[in-house]
Amino acid sequence: MKIANFSHRQAAHCESGATASLINYAGTHLSEAMVFGIGAGLFFGYVPFIKVNGFPLVTYRCKPGAIFARVTKNLNCDVHQKRYRNQAQAMDDLDLKLDQGIAVGLQTSVFWLPYIPAAMRFHFNAHNLVVIGKDGDEYIISDPVAPDLVRCSAQDLSKARFARGALAPKGRSYYLTSVPAVKNLEEPIVAAIRSACRDMLAPIPIAGVRGMRLMARSVSGWETKYGKRRAGYCLAQLIRMQEEIGTGGAGFRFIYAAFLQEAAEYLAVSQLEELAEELTAIGDDWRDFALQATRCCKGHAECSYADLATMISSQADKEERFFRHLQQLTKKLG
Amino acid sequence: MHKKDVPQDSGVLENNQMVNYAVDGDGNYCLAATTGWEPVNAANRMAWEEIREQLFQVRQQVESGKLSSLAYYMTRAQMDAPLLASYAGLARWRVRRHLRPAIFAKLGSEQLQRYAELFGVFVEQLVRLPDNDELPVAEYPNPEDNK
Repeated sequence: MKIANFSHRQAAHCESGATASLINYAGTHLSEAMVFGIGAGLFFGYVPFIKVNGFPLVTYRCKPGAIFARVTKNLNCDVHQKRYRNQAQAMDDLDLKLDQGIAVGLQTSVFWLPYIPAAMRFHFNAHNLVVIGKDGDEYIISDPVAPDLVRCSAQDLSKARFARGALAPKGRSYYLTSVPAVKNLEEPIVAAIRSACRDMLAPIPIAGVRGMRLMARSVSGWETKYGKRRAGYCLAQLIRMQEEIGTGGAGFRFIYAAFLQEAAEYLAVSQLEELAEELTAIGDDWRDFALQATRCCKGHAECSYADLATMISSQADKEERFFRHLQQLTKKLG
Repeated sequence: MHKKDVPQDSGVLENNQMVNYAVDGDGNYCLAATTGWEPVNAANRMAWEEIREQLFQVRQQVESGKLSSLAYYMTRAQMDAPLLASYAGLARWRVRRHLRPAIFAKLGSEQLQRYAELFGVFVEQLVRLPDNDELPVAEYPNPEDNK
């Protein structure tokens, strides 16, 4: 069986994509960018003392689960969320909900999902997807980052739901139990922009623009600290966090600019349009940074770690200016 | 990023596409399909090279009798002892003991079966090294190789 009126749309990011899918399925149209924005998905964090696969943790987005939580809260929408101890129970519950015609969001690990391209299967435990049907032993899945519907065996899906390690999903499933109130988006939009500004300008050394500056300082010392080879691996990890699957380009800067553009139209505030343009330019510079970083880890002489550090601090300066403007604007919007 | 500049460098995504956000001629944002971007492919390749390197070292240690073949399968699955312990439902120290060849050789068939299932291999495979690492690396060509 398969839920009939569920339309699969490919998204740039798994969590905003899955959330948008569930909201659209509930009967109200909201774009992925709008969901990402209202979920205040944009962020930056550099946490040198937490290691992911042995490398410092870098993130260009807020913590997993926060987009779904914020969007549903801001839209006054009731949700059902559950984690499980028992794998069989988790799969039985899923089947039951599908029988009732409910599309169910799941947190999974990409490592165990066979339809993900082999080279992208790392232990990343916060991949979101929506299950929309079952055919024999196979589940029919709307994976936000896949172009079309995909299929996955019950055994593999169960493994993916019960992956271990950092951010272990523990079978987490979620779905909407009421229709989201999207009639009046002004307030949620302004509140979410304010929250993103607050996070990006937070007086915490590892968060937001200050996190970028901290990263710039670390990067300049990587080559002497780790040696050429390992420093290269660190840079590669950074590039992957910024550009590999699910950011929409430039570490979510482009998708957030798309949100600001939509917000400008919705709120009829032309300054937001200008700020969207500014963020696009900042995003282009992040893309350029990724390109230079690739040259650097391949050992091309024209780009040094010091140059990269300068690029990152200049990004921090630009983003600081950008978010201060944005913050001032939201104050005027009341 | 302009829509016409959205890169189409296939590699890590194999034959799949993902979407980027880009601006069209009127400056409006739209979703644009991409088959990949070379910096991402290169970074992904480096991540796998590192795994390959680790695996090479572990393979040598297994061959010289310093580690059990479990260490090889663990490394190939990008795991360390704490993560494997968590998957196997065992204490870390027990998994660390199983990495020693003498201890591993004495493991019961039930425990071996559990490890084998986790790594998706047969028990007969688990107790020896495979000829080939079968990593997904280099399944797509490195453009530098052709230069």
